[in-house]
Amino acid sequence: MVSTLFLTATALPEVGPAGVIIKAVLILAVIAAIAGFGTYIERKILAFMQRRLGPQHVGPFGLLQLAADGIKLFTKEDIIPQHANKFIFAIAPVITAATAFIALAAVPVFPDFTIPFIDVFVPSIAADINVGILFVLGMMAAGLYGPLLAGMAQGNKWGIIGSARTAIQFLSYEVVTGLSILAPIMMVGSLSFVNFNDYQTDGLWLVAYQPVAFVLFLIAGFAETNRTPFDLLEHEAEVISGYVTEYSGMRWGLFFIGEYANMITIGVIASVVFLGGYNDFWIFPGWLMIIGKIAFSFFFMLWVRAAWPHVRPDQLMWLCWKVLMPLAVVNVVITGLVIML
Amino acid sequence: MSLEQFKDRNVGTQNYVKLDLDHSPTTGWCQFKQVVKRTFKPELFVGLWVTFREMINALFRGKMHTTQYPFEKLPISPRYRAIHDMLRLMESGNYRCIGCGLCEKICISDCISMETKYDENQRKEVSEYTINFGRCIFCGYCAEVCPELAIVHGGRYETASEQRASFSLFEDMLTPIDQLNLQQEYAGFGAISPNADENIKSTPLAY
Repeated sequence: MVSTLFLTATALPEVGPAGVIIKAVLILAVIAAIAGFGTYIERKILAFMQRRLGPQHVGPFGLLQLAADGIKLFTKEDIIPQHANKFIFAIAPVITAATAFIALAAVPVFPDFTIPFIDVFVPSIAADINVGILFVLGMMAAGLYGPLLAGMAQGNKWGIIGSARTAIQFLSYEVVTGLSILAPIMMVGSLSFVNFNDYQTDGLWLVAYQPVAFVLFLIAGFAETNRTPFDLLEHEAEVISGYVTEYSGMRWGLFFIGEYANMITIGVIASVVFLGGYNDFWIFPGWLMIIGKIAFSFFFMLWVRAAWPHVRPDQLMWLCWKVLMPLAVVNVVITGLVIML
Repeated sequence: MSLEQFKDRNVGTQNYVKLDLDHSPTTGWCQFKQVVKRTFKPELFVGLWVTFREMINALFRGKMHTTQYPFEKLPISPRYRAIHDMLRLMESGNYRCIGCGLCEKICISDCISMETKYDENQRKEVSEYTINFGRCIFCGYCAEVCPELAIVHGGRYETASEQRASFSLFEDMLTPIDQLNLQQEYAGFGAISPNADENIKSTPLAY
């Protein structure tokens, strides 16, 4: 992992192990902060779309609402139900949050840059492993163990239903995610995000060649991050809070942060794989482009939540297995034929 | 149409109009067509457009729906019976109350108590006047019976207070003398709200 890092920079001083750790901590801090701030953005955007004002009393425009929520979450009593499996109950939120952040280790967010004055070359990615996409998708899939274990460990029937729904959601979307992203992988011929980005430097964005794969990946991404229209795991009107019914305080907060970090990860993957990554575009520099793309995909998830109803579990399975998976397979076959000919 | 037709509850004999619902698909081809139709119908994007349009309306066209209640209040209907107001004569600023005692007499929860005396001009004047708002049921009889329109129901509907005396004395309910020009003449029972025109909405039948 580190050796590939060193290969990317030869002329300038390299980022040593300490630099990698600093970078990892920075990514963790920034993404955790953005994930927290995402709750504020979500509340504001949803409020505007329903012609409400949203949070506005804590700080200017309610910007410090995040701090108020954080104080509340941290000072809340940590309740573990009597009949819960205490160890698994305690570890489950950590799985969700940790896997969400581990997945972020292998996605590039900014283009390569050099820190001014000290001339240290910083590669675009914390760990440019050659199976980047598999690693990220695997980590995000492992993150689903959080809801699964949490629901089963808490000794609550709503939690059990939440876990069952996690399982079927997991079984439904994961196939579509893999198959939809297979076609771009075939075109690029690599699993590394950096290669994906470089592939789109000169030509069109991959979404122009693979529109079907892009749509399928977006749909599967909504299922992967438990967002509306696929927020079956914790839909209040049906299963109270599903897998988080018995959680309170910061353990619940970890689930929340994990979900928002996953949203950012999906946004990054969609941007890098399909939407041109961090290449310069016209007069806009690459870093601005990728921030704009990630922000738009985040906004799109909130937008969809404001507009669309959610589906039943059986409708999700029907959609994934009977519609999206055949489409993905056909897409892969056609891509393969075009590449061969 | 005569009344008998409405009283006929026998289902099946009336002229019911059946909705033109799509029948559920029977063959695989029909199912496929339904899937394609539902997939490519732009309804989902209509939904996205509607929410986006409402966001633009709310943010830039002043159509935000929220009333920030403690800071801004909607006008209340003049028919609403809240804490009483004691009005003054517009010209002289004297009390309108002539101390006749009708409100005390008619009050069905017996919460108005008043004492009167003759002033130097041998006119009745009120020396003590309190309303016990712990008992008042805001029935409005006092305002209805008052021959001088002296006691009316005002618009102070926030009746939580640190002490009952805050608004149950005569002077607290009386229009302050320096705000006489702001005194609203009582519109009377059955008056419409000042914002009645804005509140008119078209009935579902209109669209």
